[in-house]
Amino acid sequence: MSEFPEISAYLRADGRKGIRNIVAVCYLVECARHVSSEIALRFRGDDVHVVGFPGCYPNAYGWEMMRRLATHPNVGAVLLVSLGCEGFNRQALEEAVAASGRPVSTLVIQQTGGTLATIEAGAAWVGETLSKIAEAPRAPMAASELVVGTICGGSDATSGITANPAMGRAFDLLIADGGAGIFEEPGELIGCEGFMAERAVTPGLADEILACMDKTERYYRTMGHSSFAPGNAEGGLTTIEEKSLGAYAKSGRSAISGLLKPGDVPPAGGLYLLDVIPDGEPRFGFPNINDNAEIAELIACGSHMVLFSTGRGSVVGSALAPVIKVCANPDTYRNLTGDMDVDAGRILEGRATLDEVGAQIYALIGRVAGGQRSVSESLGHREFILGYKSFEPIGPACLPLAS
Amino acid sequence: MLYNSRMSETDPRLIRLAPEDNVLVAARRIESGEVLRVDGSDVTLAKTLPLGFKVAARAIAAGEKILKYGAPLGSASQAIAIGEVVHGHNLRSDYIPSYDRDGEGAFKG
Repeated sequence: MSEFPEISAYLRADGRKGIRNIVAVCYLVECARHVSSEIALRFRGDDVHVVGFPGCYPNAYGWEMMRRLATHPNVGAVLLVSLGCEGFNRQALEEAVAASGRPVSTLVIQQTGGTLATIEAGAAWVGETLSKIAEAPRAPMAASELVVGTICGGSDATSGITANPAMGRAFDLLIADGGAGIFEEPGELIGCEGFMAERAVTPGLADEILACMDKTERYYRTMGHSSFAPGNAEGGLTTIEEKSLGAYAKSGRSAISGLLKPGDVPPAGGLYLLDVIPDGEPRFGFPNINDNAEIAELIACGSHMVLFSTGRGSVVGSALAPVIKVCANPDTYRNLTGDMDVDAGRILEGRATLDEVGAQIYALIGRVAGGQRSVSESLGHREFILGYKSFEPIGPACLPLAS
Repeated sequence: MLYNSRMSETDPRLIRLAPEDNVLVAARRIESGEVLRVDGSDVTLAKTLPLGFKVAARAIAAGEKILKYGAPLGSASQAIAIGEVVHGHNLRSDYIPSYDRDGEGAFKG
């Protein structure tokens, strides 16, 4: 239905298609992060990104996140960097990456001769691997094969009037073309539970969404306050409900096809809600300590790229998947033009309509999928953060349309 | 959809996001002391209204729901006059309080 461009994607051995061909250097504990960063710094102009799990103690969520990220379709090869004594199951991760058909190697700093020797060995492997994966097979990719995540960060009172509803319209276009869109997060959808339940494709899914939102409110009450930063109030938002209603506009108007948890990949096109709130008694603090924790989860769910709306002016990007910045506030856009992909504040000044900006965002999704760098990507933003959580698997009612 | 149901009766710098809303949103910064037309009444703005901030579209009683996008943002914690700024000093969440930079204290606007 749209003028979606022809995309030449990277075809992975597992059949999934990626829009980038990244070497992921994965530290398996904070103690291995410096060595990992030094390896990647040798390849500043290339797609060599650093991700990792900082904790020394094992965590099923952390392991699954790393498995999903290391086998993400945008990733062409993986170097694991271990200190040696941490709890992370590096052998199982290496086996999972190898089984996905990707080149993989593990360096254990304590067995490789320390910092400098490991950096040299890692850089040698990455250098060889970059030329090897440059020959990765390509295949055409349609909009229906894309997974796009959406997040808002640094929100103000313009976010819910311009950027978020415009991104919602882009989502409607993507989903009409058969693609998958993932929105989040329940802590910033408090007050919208009734609207979301009405949009669920089955009553069972509606019940799952309401249960998720009950859990969310309980969780944040235990933490002591909602997902609402002082800057939100300085930007004209007063309550979590107001922030949520603005954030909710990102979801567009499609029916909600499913409820995912971090690492669950949409089984088909459609609109999905991502539940990032840990199950059980609150144990590890706030669900997401900043926007990049959510972006990492959207990517672990298979998002090829992430749409990010901001009113106050966030500048972050992400490792592993391009982030497209949609600026809600026209004053912020004028102040931070060099960090933004889309000026949605034009809507407030009568220089564009929501539909026009929505179509502009959808066209940009196509170009970024085709290889064009987003602004944060070209600036080298590759933020990444991952912490401890615990989840129960989703139940069958969460994905009612999956075969 | 942005529209004003009573365009001629309300300052065009204020947006009504849904017909049932009892707050209006500033489409641009409006300075303190300016006279605003709000639903047929003239109101002198007591303090500067930055872009995106809210004013009452009518008199609102304490305890009444504040509606924006046609949906509740919370409840009025005190009576609010037409044209008065609506923020943390007179609007409270019905769910979980917001907070300020001091840490634990509830945000007071």
